[in-house]
Amino acid sequence: MSIDRRFFFKLAGLTALAAEVPGAGATPENSGKKGAGEAPKTTRWGIAIDLPLCHEHPDCRVCMEACNKGHNVPSIPDSRHEVKWIWKEKFSHAFPGQTGRYLSSELAEKPVMMLCNHCDAPACVGVCPTQATWKREDGVVMMDWHRCIGCRYCIAACPYGSRSFNWVDPRGYLKEQNADFPTRSTGVVEKCNLCEERLAENKPPLCVETCPYGAIHYGDLSKPDSPLRKLLDERFAIRRKPGLGTEPQVYYLV
Amino acid sequence: MLYDAGKILAGLAIFLVLVTAPIWWNVATGADAQAPELVMPQDQGGCVLPSGEMRASHMELLNDWRDLVVRDGDRIMITWDGREKRRSLTASCLGCHSDREKFCDRCHDYVGVTPYCWDCHITPIGGAS
Repeated sequence: MSIDRRFFFKLAGLTALAAEVPGAGATPENSGKKGAGEAPKTTRWGIAIDLPLCHEHPDCRVCMEACNKGHNVPSIPDSRHEVKWIWKEKFSHAFPGQTGRYLSSELAEKPVMMLCNHCDAPACVGVCPTQATWKREDGVVMMDWHRCIGCRYCIAACPYGSRSFNWVDPRGYLKEQNADFPTRSTGVVEKCNLCEERLAENKPPLCVETCPYGAIHYGDLSKPDSPLRKLLDERFAIRRKPGLGTEPQVYYLV
Repeated sequence: MLYDAGKILAGLAIFLVLVTAPIWWNVATGADAQAPELVMPQDQGGCVLPSGEMRASHMELLNDWRDLVVRDGDRIMITWDGREKRRSLTASCLGCHSDREKFCDRCHDYVGVTPYCWDCHITPIGGAS
């Protein structure tokens, strides 16, 4: 069958008309209406750390020890090989640019709990060549250790030093092994997983649960009335290196 | 007529004996092809799939479990006879097959495969390391 010019224009006109009829196709207006008014179904996990409260107990290591034990994180004395999920760092290192000649040097020396920031725009995810790390819908920046090839691009990309590489077999550096959680093997990158294995059972992350002073909070950032959001409304909080655009979701209450 | 028939036939005979030597060796030492003896769990209500299917494709099943749990967070499965089980190598598989050495390892050693599951997954206390 051949189509003449006149018939072609008729057909084109009809097609354009059909596209305008409401409900005939998925127009942007339709998809917009669907989401409006409904609360977001997904959760967005976040963490808030109460710095002044944490600073009252400078020698406390409870959260770190609970995390290390729960996730079989080895304690390797050689700092070149160390593996970190949650750790302490000087304020001046955690928040470069927030210290100055006339700002309190006492604060600059105080320790800050550091962990993976579970960024909204994680730099590590974009560079992973095997998709061994990715951001889940609930905001957890996950790792599939089965899939990690140990290229360490993510370590280079992460501006927070949240990722560690297993240069040596971690099993030799574990005091006790928790059989409910795997260890890692040589040649694999690891980091905090926001206790996703506990979140799946509606339990709080280990650091949150074990902190004896209640200085670490977790919650759903997507719900405006969640306790975490209320806390962030009430108190001033800072984030690490926000200018880099990674949108970190660990908040430090100051 | 075959030239040097004696040498050729003798050579062939030696060749055959050498090629089949492993078989004769096994027959002579009594280590003939017997399936490894596996210690099966008692009173655990059966595996997540019929045992024939598990024998043939437990590796694919474990790969599926791995991807479902790690990537989709889908942790619970329904067994072929309708029970709920956690998709977990250490909790579910080794929960019943508590002696890894007498179950997993025996067969894997026999067929000469070395799965790397145990590089990371810990054998619970009670099983072999």
